[in-house]
Amino acid sequence: MTIRRRDFLRAAGAAAVTAGLPRLARGTDTASIYDLERFGNARILHITDTHAQLNPVYFREPSVNIGIGEMAGRPPHLVGRAFLERFGIRPDSADAYAFTCFEFEKSAARFGRLGGFAHLKTLIDRLRNDVGELHSLLLDGGDLWQGTGLANTMQGRDMVEVANLLGIEAMTGHWEFTYGEQALRDNLERFKGEFLAQNVFLTEEAAFNDARAFDKATGRVFKPSTIRELGGYRVAIIGQAFPYVPIAHPRRFTPDWTFGIREEELQKLVDGLRGKDKVDAVILLSHNGMDVDLKLASRVTGIDVILGGHTHDAVPQPVAVKNASGTTLVSNAGSNGKFLAVLDLQLAKGKVSDIRYHLLPVYSELLKPDPAMAELIGKVRAPHVTDWSEKIATPDRLLYRRGNFSGPMDELICAALRHELDAEIALSPGFRWGVTALAGQPFTLEDVLAETAISYPETYVQEMPGAQIRDVLEDICDNLFNADPYHQQGGDMVRTGGLNYTCTPTAAIGSRISALTLDNGKPIEADRRYKVAGWASVNAQQGAPVWDVVAKYLRSGRMAENKSSGVTLRGVEDNPGIAGQG
Amino acid sequence: MSSTTGLLATRRLILQGAASVALIGLGNLPFGAARAAANDKYPEEAFKQKSEADAIKALYGKTAEPSDKIKLDAPEIAENGGVVPISVTTTLEKVTSISFFVAENPNALAASYKIPDGTVPSVANRLKMAKTTNVVAIVEADGKLFSATKEVKVTVGGCGG
Repeated sequence: MTIRRRDFLRAAGAAAVTAGLPRLARGTDTASIYDLERFGNARILHITDTHAQLNPVYFREPSVNIGIGEMAGRPPHLVGRAFLERFGIRPDSADAYAFTCFEFEKSAARFGRLGGFAHLKTLIDRLRNDVGELHSLLLDGGDLWQGTGLANTMQGRDMVEVANLLGIEAMTGHWEFTYGEQALRDNLERFKGEFLAQNVFLTEEAAFNDARAFDKATGRVFKPSTIRELGGYRVAIIGQAFPYVPIAHPRRFTPDWTFGIREEELQKLVDGLRGKDKVDAVILLSHNGMDVDLKLASRVTGIDVILGGHTHDAVPQPVAVKNASGTTLVSNAGSNGKFLAVLDLQLAKGKVSDIRYHLLPVYSELLKPDPAMAELIGKVRAPHVTDWSEKIATPDRLLYRRGNFSGPMDELICAALRHELDAEIALSPGFRWGVTALAGQPFTLEDVLAETAISYPETYVQEMPGAQIRDVLEDICDNLFNADPYHQQGGDMVRTGGLNYTCTPTAAIGSRISALTLDNGKPIEADRRYKVAGWASVNAQQGAPVWDVVAKYLRSGRMAENKSSGVTLRGVEDNPGIAGQG
Repeated sequence: MSSTTGLLATRRLILQGAASVALIGLGNLPFGAARAAANDKYPEEAFKQKSEADAIKALYGKTAEPSDKIKLDAPEIAENGGVVPISVTTTLEKVTSISFFVAENPNALAASYKIPDGTVPSVANRLKMAKTTNVVAIVEADGKLFSATKEVKVTVGGCGG
């Protein structure tokens, strides 16, 4: 692919956004996009939710990301033009393409793919060299080990090697837990950095049975925090794993561990770090999701910055949240390796006196891949590349997943489930990972795996009464739109195939879902039983892995039907979390 | 009465309240509970009530006022609705009982503990919850009733981002 230097030059716009005002222009050559003005005495680099995407990807940001209640119309719940206006990004710029869904297909052809660990490595090394040794730290917010066929097959071992070469010094986790305790511990043996999680504890039974823990007294399974010296000052990093692992995923992967947000334990930890350990700054490396972090920042005191992930929100500027003892900045650094967050700190005795934050898009066209990382990626991929690179389809449309309710990628998966498993209705989980495929480009088994590779991929077919189907939709919808962020889990709505419904996100649980119909227009009857196919169940299932089902469907030359998403939204007509186009 | 029968009485009290008890932070529970259980009749009527208000009325015959001196510890979202760990500690003085209500369970009163003199007022137990609802802890102290409330979500799970 040719480097579209001219496009980038023309597009170099306003997105070098700092915690202050957006900069109006960038330098005159492409390299300068990554020339950051020197600031402060410590630099923390943050990546999150890369989902093991070793090579650069296309990833379309959502056109539907609705905020409810206090979150309505506030970052991260802005999409398309509303997002561009809020952050002062020019619509025709490369940054508009990186941060939003605006004119995605047109821009994808202009600006190419983002991310890739060899490109990230080049950028990270450069930004670390800029500030010198002992002045920088590289953190990963989790969801590093899952998201590709390779990572799933190797249970994340590939990503540990990559993380070590990249120089990740501390991380926390979410999908990392879905390989089970043994695989997780084996990987952590090899990981050169620290795995931090203040909110994972032994269950009472496990503690009674003397299960392994970092600290038997508190029952903490992992080290909760680490203190690093940066620029002569002491910076504490606290890890916050995804709080709802045993709820969002099968309990069997983590039977001995109990999670949760654990505000009170977190507050004690922060107070101890400030009081006893006399640290100068406290950073929370969080996999809570942005809405949860915003609430947490208003209630827990003493945290300077929350470096957030999980909800895959690429937010150019952190949000300042006031609490009883000061202000906490809350960020979220996007997904799939598209972005590198740069937090420059001016540290002083016992405090952070000033901050600059940049969320840099990782334009693969502008960065030379690091040779050592490129070689490692080639090496870990080699055993599977041949098997997985066979073209099995050529999509006739843009296939993307991200969005609150539906996307063409999941419409395709639902169509495959219904057809191959002979079901009236298909349900597919509302994951936020899974990259975007362009129309007319070869689609391979590796691409299918990038949408489906999890440790519980088994499909199922079961009969469900209409009333139960509605209850399931209500339950999942509440995980997305509960007015209390602490009751949200951070995924999107379950995708439905063969089933249409109306959703009122602002209503209460039990009243959001209405007008359920089959594709033929017949209303869903509460007592009638319907044949439902799905995958990624929290209960153990026996069916073929979903990637086999989808691949078989595609190999037979089929695609998704051309139809609307089947979801009608009500009560959110003016919500800037819905884009009119793109 | 021996402490063994006292324990049995306590166990019956708890089981009938659809809760299992984790013996944590209860201080000298066996002997204290033995005395208390021996002195009080099993509150059959209170356990039969459907609503939380009726159950509180049947158990105590009065209403409670919210208090920030009660710390009710419960998860935001239950990892397993069958066994939701819920605990109460309080800085209130002269505590004589601590009770747990699950508003939308078939019968709201889940468990009631007598707190004898000199016992640390701290109870940890696991409640079975049918659905998302408020958990209410009532502390009886110096003849007055105080409450703390927290909503606990019960979900079918799945679909984490």
